[in-house]
Amino acid sequence: MSGKIPDLIRQGLASGWKAMDGAAQRNDLFLSADVAVIGSGAGGGIAAEALSLAGLDVLLLEEGGLHSSSDFRLLEAKAYPELYQESASRQTLDKAITILQGRAVGGSTVVNWTSSFRTPPDTLLWWQENHGLPGLSVEAMRPWFEQAERRLGIGPWLAEPNGNNLVLERGCLALGLRHARIPRNVRGCWNLGYCGMGCPTNAKQSMLVTCIPSALSRGARLLSRARVDRLAADPAGKSISAIEGSFLGADGNTPSGRRFMVRARHVVLAAGAIGTPAILLRSGLADASGQTGRRTFLHPVTLSAALMPERIEPYNGAPQSVYSDHYMHTQPLDGALGFKLEVPPIHPLLASVTFPGFGSEQASLLRQLPHLHATLALMRDGFHPDSRGGEVRLRSDGSPVLDYPLNDVIWDGARRSWLAMAELQFAAGARLAMPLHEAARPASSWRQARAMIEGLPLRALQARLVSAHVMGGMAMGGDPSLSVVDEWGGHWTWRNLTVLDGSIFPTSIGANPQLSVYAFALRGADHLARALARG
Amino acid sequence: MASRRQFLKAGAFGGAALLIAGYWAAPAADPEAEAVAGLSWLRPADAQIVMALAPVLLGLAELPVAKVAQGVDQAISGLPLATQEEIRQMFDLLGNRWARRWLAGVRPPWRMAGAMESARFLQRWRESRFALQNSVYQGLHRLIHAGWYGSPASWAALGYQQPAAVMGMLP
Ligand SMILES: Cc1cc2nc3c(=O)[nH]c(=O)nc-3n(C[C@H](O)[C@H](O)[C@H](O)COP(=O)(O)OP(=O)(O)OC[C@H]3O[C@@H](n4cnc5c(N)ncnc54)[C@H](O)[C@@H]3O)c2cc1C
Repeated sequence: MSGKIPDLIRQGLASGWKAMDGAAQRNDLFLSADVAVIGSGAGGGIAAEALSLAGLDVLLLEEGGLHSSSDFRLLEAKAYPELYQESASRQTLDKAITILQGRAVGGSTVVNWTSSFRTPPDTLLWWQENHGLPGLSVEAMRPWFEQAERRLGIGPWLAEPNGNNLVLERGCLALGLRHARIPRNVRGCWNLGYCGMGCPTNAKQSMLVTCIPSALSRGARLLSRARVDRLAADPAGKSISAIEGSFLGADGNTPSGRRFMVRARHVVLAAGAIGTPAILLRSGLADASGQTGRRTFLHPVTLSAALMPERIEPYNGAPQSVYSDHYMHTQPLDGALGFKLEVPPIHPLLASVTFPGFGSEQASLLRQLPHLHATLALMRDGFHPDSRGGEVRLRSDGSPVLDYPLNDVIWDGARRSWLAMAELQFAAGARLAMPLHEAARPASSWRQARAMIEGLPLRALQARLVSAHVMGGMAMGGDPSLSVVDEWGGHWTWRNLTVLDGSIFPTSIGANPQLSVYAFALRGADHLARALARG
Repeated sequence: MASRRQFLKAGAFGGAALLIAGYWAAPAADPEAEAVAGLSWLRPADAQIVMALAPVLLGLAELPVAKVAQGVDQAISGLPLATQEEIRQMFDLLGNRWARRWLAGVRPPWRMAGAMESARFLQRWRESRFALQNSVYQGLHRLIHAGWYGSPASWAALGYQQPAAVMGMLP
């Protein structure tokens, strides 16, 4: 193959899409639309296409910039400031958990790792029984999953897993743990391993290359580098009357001083599970139940690194292709936290800031990067009675920060997960294994690792915790006094406000969430389009 | 452990005498820092701290420290303004000679600080019971690692490289 990779976005722009860059606006802007969609990630992107297909005039408002495959240079130092919230350094209030979230046209789907799971049946059942959502059965949800899967090329990934994933698979086989391959949302994937820096070949079926171009081709408008500050409610308190926001400068960070105002018949909030509640809190429009911004979940992630005798090249190849749910099912759903095992891609910048040590110890570990493996455990928060997640708060400048207190339930899960991962790594042939914790040292046997892990102090800023799955904060439910939105994302208080993103989940998903976001956003957008058609 | 033994050996009186002596003898001020080219956020005094700590933190003796400072500068510029303010406070704290001497335990100005002394400071703040000290350690760790390992100059030593086949096809 010769020549250059075609850039769908630049071609679309040349064909006359109505895409405006906020940084280029010299004047304040006043716009109107049938539906204004705030946030263009998994929820906002797929909803924008569905609503455009229904013949509605859609305006997408996105805080991040419009970047496309030609901009994706497989460079961490370029990708993180361009494509992530807070340069991939967003942290919880006490700085204990680093949160990865996207901030670009396409949202987190531009940088996610393509693992695609339906919402687990036990999670749906829990919502049916405990959150007043009897309509959300596996059967009722099936068509929405199928629609999203067809749209985004989600299917089995047939290539051989990369070395990093093979370690997980081998460990599971050795210990007899149930495991399987991960379906991915790709078409013609080159198996590169740079999903987290934006896909340079447009193989990843992110919102950026699927639903957003399709909506734009149908006449939808896009305003990027446009940060929504607040919504205004009409005096009767029944509906949202206006959206107000600031344009950002070319650095994507600093407001340019120019502002915009939008009037829309209907407003869709899809700014993600921190951004969406933050907009309502800034607007002074928290709901009557007091749940806006509460019960925000993270699937807090613990990590364990290992040095393998063979070459792993954990930076090459599809980042996630093997998982194990064994430890999801070793206790009741609302018991001690279950966790899902997967692996992260390992690239120099993110690896070096995440590995706890310093000095020659750290340097000698990093020098063995090609032999490095890491396992991660996603803890399923939000089911145990003491796992109540975090709360979105506002800093004095109005920017959001998540307060996610770490309690015994989390720490118990952390310890069990470090043990499980170290055991697995030695079973897979690791020479050394080490949980990512400030007080941990590389262990050379499972016995040694176990003794070390039993003794690790369990506290914030010692254990390295991360998350790429922010969920909740605008919980759907059957009872307006306990939830913020109904099962279609319709806000209980404002009739022309619908939430279509990861914030509507009343607990964590218990699996990587993108396909859940897609399916629920499709279902909610369909419901909304019908309602708007009825007038 | 070592510091506890030393403290016990010095004895209560010895310790107090040291403290008093230390109080009267003002810690050495940092000499006027020279400007480093290509920095927009870091002040010369901040860059001095980064360049003093980088070889210790990264465990690399032969390190183009000015390049690391530029990487740190770039990393900070991409952060939200609220975080930039916190980082400002961190550098102001470390740059204050009293705080450097009595909180960080680093006697000479940063530029003259020995590797052992800097490493002891990092390790103590890393393990400290105080969240503030932990977070300063982690902040330095994060910024300096990002400042270096974000640069392709660091990759060869790791055996890391971008996939050549695709790089040639990028427009
Ligand atoms: C590195 C990474 C890897 C991941 N890997 C996977 C994976 O393999 N599988 C999986 O299932 N999930 C994965 N996820 C998670 C998944 O991508 C998210 O759960 C999903 O995209 C969430 O959808 P969303 O619509 O809620 O929010 P997002 O996709 O995050 O979109 C929200 C958008 O709103 C914008 N926004 C926020 N505030 C404002 C505002 N005030 N004004 C205007 N716009 C605003 C943001 O810039 C962003 O573009 C990953 C996430 C990351 C970051």
